[in-house]
Amino acid sequence: MYGYFFRRLLGTIPVMLVVAVFIFLMLRLTPSDPAAVIAGDNATTEQVAQIRSQLGLDRPMIEQFVIWSGRVLTGNFGESFFFKKTVASLIGERIEPTLSLALFTILIAVFVAVPLGVLAAHRHGSWIDRIVMGFSVLGFSVPVFVIGYLLIYLFAVYLNWLPVQGYQRISEGVGGWAQRLILPSVTLSVIYIALIARMTRTSVLEVLSEDYIRTARAKGQSERKVLFRHALRNAAVPIVTVIGLGVALLIGGVVVTESVFTIPGLGRLTVDAVLARDYPTIQAVILLFSFVYVMINLAVDMIYTVLDPRIRY
Amino acid sequence: MNAFRKAILAATCVGSLVAMAAPALAQTTLRAVMHSDLKILDPIWTTAYIVRNHGYMIYDTLLAQDEKGEIKPQMVEKYEAAPDNKSYTFTLRDGLLWHDGKPVTSEDCIASIKRWAVKDSLGQKMMSFVDSIDAVDAKTFTIKLKEPTGLVLLGLSKPSSNVPFMMPKRVADTDPNKQIEDFTGSGPFVFVKDEWKPGDKTVYVKFDKYKPRAEPASGLAGGKVAKVDRIEWRAISDAQQAVNALQKGEIDYIEQPSHDLLGTLKKDANISIVEVPQIKAQYVFRPNHLQKPFDNPKVRHALWYAFNQEDFLMATIGDENYIKACKALFVCDTQFGTTKGTDGLLTSNAKKAQELLKEAGYDGTPVLLMHSTDLKALTNLAPVAKSLMEKAGFKVDMQSMDWQTLVARRAKKDPPSAGGWNAFLTAWVVADVMNPVSAAYVNSGCEKASFGWPCDAEMEKLRDDFARSSDLAKQKEIAEAVQKRNIEITAMIPVGEYVQPIAIRKNVKGLLMAPVPVHWNIEVTK
Repeated sequence: MYGYFFRRLLGTIPVMLVVAVFIFLMLRLTPSDPAAVIAGDNATTEQVAQIRSQLGLDRPMIEQFVIWSGRVLTGNFGESFFFKKTVASLIGERIEPTLSLALFTILIAVFVAVPLGVLAAHRHGSWIDRIVMGFSVLGFSVPVFVIGYLLIYLFAVYLNWLPVQGYQRISEGVGGWAQRLILPSVTLSVIYIALIARMTRTSVLEVLSEDYIRTARAKGQSERKVLFRHALRNAAVPIVTVIGLGVALLIGGVVVTESVFTIPGLGRLTVDAVLARDYPTIQAVILLFSFVYVMINLAVDMIYTVLDPRIRY
Repeated sequence: MNAFRKAILAATCVGSLVAMAAPALAQTTLRAVMHSDLKILDPIWTTAYIVRNHGYMIYDTLLAQDEKGEIKPQMVEKYEAAPDNKSYTFTLRDGLLWHDGKPVTSEDCIASIKRWAVKDSLGQKMMSFVDSIDAVDAKTFTIKLKEPTGLVLLGLSKPSSNVPFMMPKRVADTDPNKQIEDFTGSGPFVFVKDEWKPGDKTVYVKFDKYKPRAEPASGLAGGKVAKVDRIEWRAISDAQQAVNALQKGEIDYIEQPSHDLLGTLKKDANISIVEVPQIKAQYVFRPNHLQKPFDNPKVRHALWYAFNQEDFLMATIGDENYIKACKALFVCDTQFGTTKGTDGLLTSNAKKAQELLKEAGYDGTPVLLMHSTDLKALTNLAPVAKSLMEKAGFKVDMQSMDWQTLVARRAKKDPPSAGGWNAFLTAWVVADVMNPVSAAYVNSGCEKASFGWPCDAEMEKLRDDFARSSDLAKQKEIAEAVQKRNIEITAMIPVGEYVQPIAIRKNVKGLLMAPVPVHWNIEVTK
């Protein structure tokens, strides 16, 4: 298995290379000019040209790529066009809010969705099943920002229980940190609750019709043990796959959620960088997201072997 | 311990606690949401308005315009023109200090003026009249001119980008084409770099050693008294969320609340909507003089009859309380704003426009109109222009793109078929377009002109005459002539003005009537 893990790690190199080339070309081929953005509206053509030259954007594309990829190979992602900060330090500042949001979201999603899914499977065809599945359809259908605004109106503006926006770092107090994460996490988790609950229900339903479940019941095991020890464990592989996919999809979700809730995380950084055409930052963030995506897939593959001893690589 | 001693001890403890708590209680913070997040910190290197606003927080200016637009001394105690108007002598006020505690000197100011003048178009024009700038002593310097000009005072009191902010010489000596890395100013607030988190917040604290002028604050002039201890610019990009946060008291101030959310805010008893007459903007249609069909002045002239301002304003702002149809090139209710010579124009006289197009021999060449889709204040302008132009007989190819793509594309001089363009619409803040020298779109200096590149010797002569004049009556006369010439050559067309109000919580007092949102004089009460 270690050999497989090592081979998969090596396999990330060509993936990252393709992503790097693709992102670099996409940015250079889109009709935009960071120099014009930086210069501002009152700038003359000459001023824009001067800034373009300073940023090295007047050099041939191949030369720009060689310089950039050479730096990236040494771990240097360069300096942001706008912030006068290294891209690495910008990302460093933004990781905590995004990780916190992702962690909260996945925890809420898993702890709500899995029991709901199991319950729906257990009460297959009942009103509980229909409510869970109805919620599931709703969760898929309503856009994240709509859910966000509705929750903000209810819990922050109307009931005044939670803050409207913003983020507080853990170092400034765990209470404030958690309080500010509740609304964005719940908002973002709705779609994952829907996804995971539905998958859990389907998988558990399948397993519940297996012979060994009948055997467990015949042996007099409690329904709770049957459901959570026998059924859920055997249904876990597709559920873990969906959770893994969910974590990967979170990358897209945080972009919207961080913007709505004013959370200074990687999603917000990505939006700001794209709007400002901050090439070094966009390139680094997309590379990071791609790497995370690949790693999550690898982690899910590894978890399979723990959940199902029959799976060996 | 007897009861009396206990009481004394208790009183002492309480007193000490109160004394310890007093500074914390007195700490006041203004939490503001500005129109954009602060990313760049050099107000000379870029013309971006948010960086200009940052400049006003931490830097000071030699001269400043009051709320009537009159030029007043700011960092200088006095300034004197020589009898022949060929030199100005400036004397700095006593007690001016940089944030590092060192005194402000003439050398600092000379270096700052020179750096600003390299980047700023008005500064460049001013320097074309300047023979030398020399320090007389630590507090006095002179600007010697080759010939008299009114541009020295106009330039040094310029309210908007690029503002001639004063910086320490070591900072001002930075190559103007490189960004500064030392943010020491002498303004009423100090930038707290360690707390600056782009995408989150920008923090300023009161500069305790700032010595404000004795006069009351007026516009950008007068005493810059910092009445709050700390200012935080919160980066809330979502307009609705900024409004929610203001209503809930999580912030105190929104610089540019979206017009369509003002109704919600007006209903809230804790919120005030403040209209600052000086903070308004002018919508502008800009044709590209290099490419067909707008290389033909008669075709361009037809636009004056195709458009009307009301349609543009209602489609974008949509609230009659905040719009003004005004045909003045240099904006209504300003020193040089006049509507003379505009009768019959901008009334959507399609018949007249069609006649002019026929006279011009317009052959149906499509007009490539760039449509910005992501800035709410601009989104509806191009569709209105397209509709009005088509009624007048133009063929219009409207292409939608985000603002940054438009900004990149407008710099291209190529024909529309090769990635160029024919026209776009934008908005200018009034502070930038109040006279013929600072208004970028009347610059008709061909290659040196702004995107659109109008080329007209007569217009440039008028602008030069304006620059040479230091007599207000004469300047007004020239400004009127510039407006007339603009109608003839159609360097740009003003398509309406709108006011951008500020939203504040009711406990925020002291907003100044200035063309730039500045934060001195503002109080936050409990």
